[in-house]
Amino acid sequence: MGAQQTQNQSSSAAADQGTRGVVIIGGGQAGLQAAASLRSEGFTGQVTIVAEEPGLPYQRPPLSKDYLKARLTDGSDGADGSAGTSASPLPLRGEAFFAEQDIELRTGTVATSVDRQAKTVTLADGTVLGYDSLVFATGARNRELPTPGIDLPGIHGLRTLADAEQLGAALDTAKNVVVVGAGFIGLEFATAALARGCQVTVLEFAPRPMGRALTPLLGDWFAGAHRDLGIDLRLNEGIASFEAGDDGRVALAVSTTGDRYPADLVVAGVGVQPNDQLAAATGLETANGIVVDARLRTVDPDIYAIGDCAAFPCVHAGGPFRLESVQNATDQARHVAKVILGADETYEDLPWFWSTQGPFRLQMANIVRADDETVVVGDADPAHPKFSVLCFRDGILAAVESVNMPSDHLSARKILAAGLEITREEALSAGFSLRAAYKERTQPAAVV
Amino acid sequence: MPTITYHQPGGDTQVIELEKPDRIMQAALKNSVPGIVGECGGQAMCATCHVYVREEYLDALPEIGDDEEEMLEVTASERDERRSRLGCQIEVGGSGLEAIEVDVPEEQV
Repeated sequence: MGAQQTQNQSSSAAADQGTRGVVIIGGGQAGLQAAASLRSEGFTGQVTIVAEEPGLPYQRPPLSKDYLKARLTDGSDGADGSAGTSASPLPLRGEAFFAEQDIELRTGTVATSVDRQAKTVTLADGTVLGYDSLVFATGARNRELPTPGIDLPGIHGLRTLADAEQLGAALDTAKNVVVVGAGFIGLEFATAALARGCQVTVLEFAPRPMGRALTPLLGDWFAGAHRDLGIDLRLNEGIASFEAGDDGRVALAVSTTGDRYPADLVVAGVGVQPNDQLAAATGLETANGIVVDARLRTVDPDIYAIGDCAAFPCVHAGGPFRLESVQNATDQARHVAKVILGADETYEDLPWFWSTQGPFRLQMANIVRADDETVVVGDADPAHPKFSVLCFRDGILAAVESVNMPSDHLSARKILAAGLEITREEALSAGFSLRAAYKERTQPAAVV
Repeated sequence: MPTITYHQPGGDTQVIELEKPDRIMQAALKNSVPGIVGECGGQAMCATCHVYVREEYLDALPEIGDDEEEMLEVTASERDERRSRLGCQIEVGGSGLEAIEVDVPEEQV
C-alpha cells in the first residue's frame, strides 16, 4: 500500500502544481511513443506505462522479418549475408530512457479495471494508479481459429517476441510449413520459411492474398509472384482441421476442399481483434475497437485511445476506421500527447504501411478502395519488379501501392499529404513519374 | 572492442562499446542514445535513424543501397551529400569497420 499512497500523493501533488498525471495502458509502439511525446512536448507530471509483457518494450516489425532469418551461432550476420539479425530484440527505448525521462514503466502486469469517478486504474497485482488522463494503447490480439486440432504442438501465432523466438528456432528443423492466412504476417512468414529451405503451403479462404489491404490488381499480382518464388498458394481454400502424428505434434493440415497437406510447423495469421474489453467494461463505447473522436478522445473527456485498439473517424477512409500499423501508432501517439496538453487539433495524418516479403518490398500510401480506378506505372515483371499501382477516385490520385519503388511511395506520401492533384490523364501520359510530378508542382518551373 | 561514438547537437558525446557486431541505429536504441528513433525497426522505411558520419570514416563505409538512397531524400534534418547515412544500414564490428563516429541530427521526425 505504500507504493499506492506514494503514487496518489505524487499525483495530487502534481495536480496542485497545475500538471496532470497520465497513465498509459499498453507498452507497444503507441504507448511508448505517447509517453515519449508527452515529455518532448514539455509535460512535467507523472507518466506511467502499464505493459503486459515482461522486459523492455520492443519493436515488432522485425519479428516477422529479420528475426526469422537464419542466424549463425555467434548471433551476427544471417546466412544470406544480411546483417541486423542479432538474436536480441530491438527495444523501443533503451533502459536508461525511462529514468532519464522520469517515466514509470510497470511491466508484466495488466490493468484489470478503471474507476472513472475516482479516476483510478487497478492493476492485476493490486496496485491502484490515479490518473488525470488515461490513454488506452492496448493494441490487438491474434484472432483465434476455432479449427479442430488448433491446440496441437507445432501450431503458432506470430505477434510477440516469444512467438518469434519459438518460430525462429522451429525453422531450424521444419520441413513442411503450412501458413493459414495470406495477409501481411502470413506472407512475411511464408517467404522467411521458404528462404530457410522449407516447403511452404499458404491457405487463404479469400480469392486473393492481402485482400483487405490491396487493390484486386496488386493482390492478383502477388498471388502470381509468390507462386513464382515457390510458395504453394491455395486461394479460396480455408483450414478445416489439423491432425496429429505419432509424436502428438501437428502432422497434417486438412483444408476446406478436403486436401491434406503435410505440416510439421503451422503459423496461423488470420488477422487480429482489438483489445477493447477493458474499455467496454469501463462503460466506453466499442465497435471493432475503442470508439474515439477526431481528437482521439472517448466519450469520457479524460480517456483516450490510440493505435491498433482505436476506432477513429478517419478522414482518409471516409468514416470510423481502425488501422493496424506502426505509422498509425506513432502518429496518433504524438497527436494524443498534444491534445492532452491542450491542443485542439483533429487527427488527419496520412496512413502508410509496408511489408517485406522475400524480394518484394511493398509500400502503401493511403487506404485503397475496391472501386478505385488503377493505373500501373513501371515494370511489373515478377522476376525484377519495380512498379506502382496508382489509385484514382473521381479521376484524382487517392492512394498508391508500390513494389520495390520507394521513390514512388515517398513521392506519393508527399503528394497526398499536401493535397496536390494528379489526374488519371496525367498519369497515363508518356514518361509520367510521381517524383517528377511532385517536383513540378512544388518547385518553380524556371529558376531565375 | 568495436565502438560507436555518437555526438549530440548540444555537444554531449556517448561512446558505446559493442560486445558483438551491431548497427548504428540498433546500438543506439539498445543503449538509449537520444536523437535516434528507428521507428520502423531497421527496415529502411522511415528515415528516423539518420546520422552524419564523420569524415575520417567515410571511406570505410558500405555503398549506399537504393532503398537507403531514397530514404535519405526525406530526412527531417537536411541531408549532407557526403556524410548522411541511415544508421540501420551500417554495421560496426566484424565487417572491416571496427569504429565509427557519427553526429546525431537536430531532428528525426
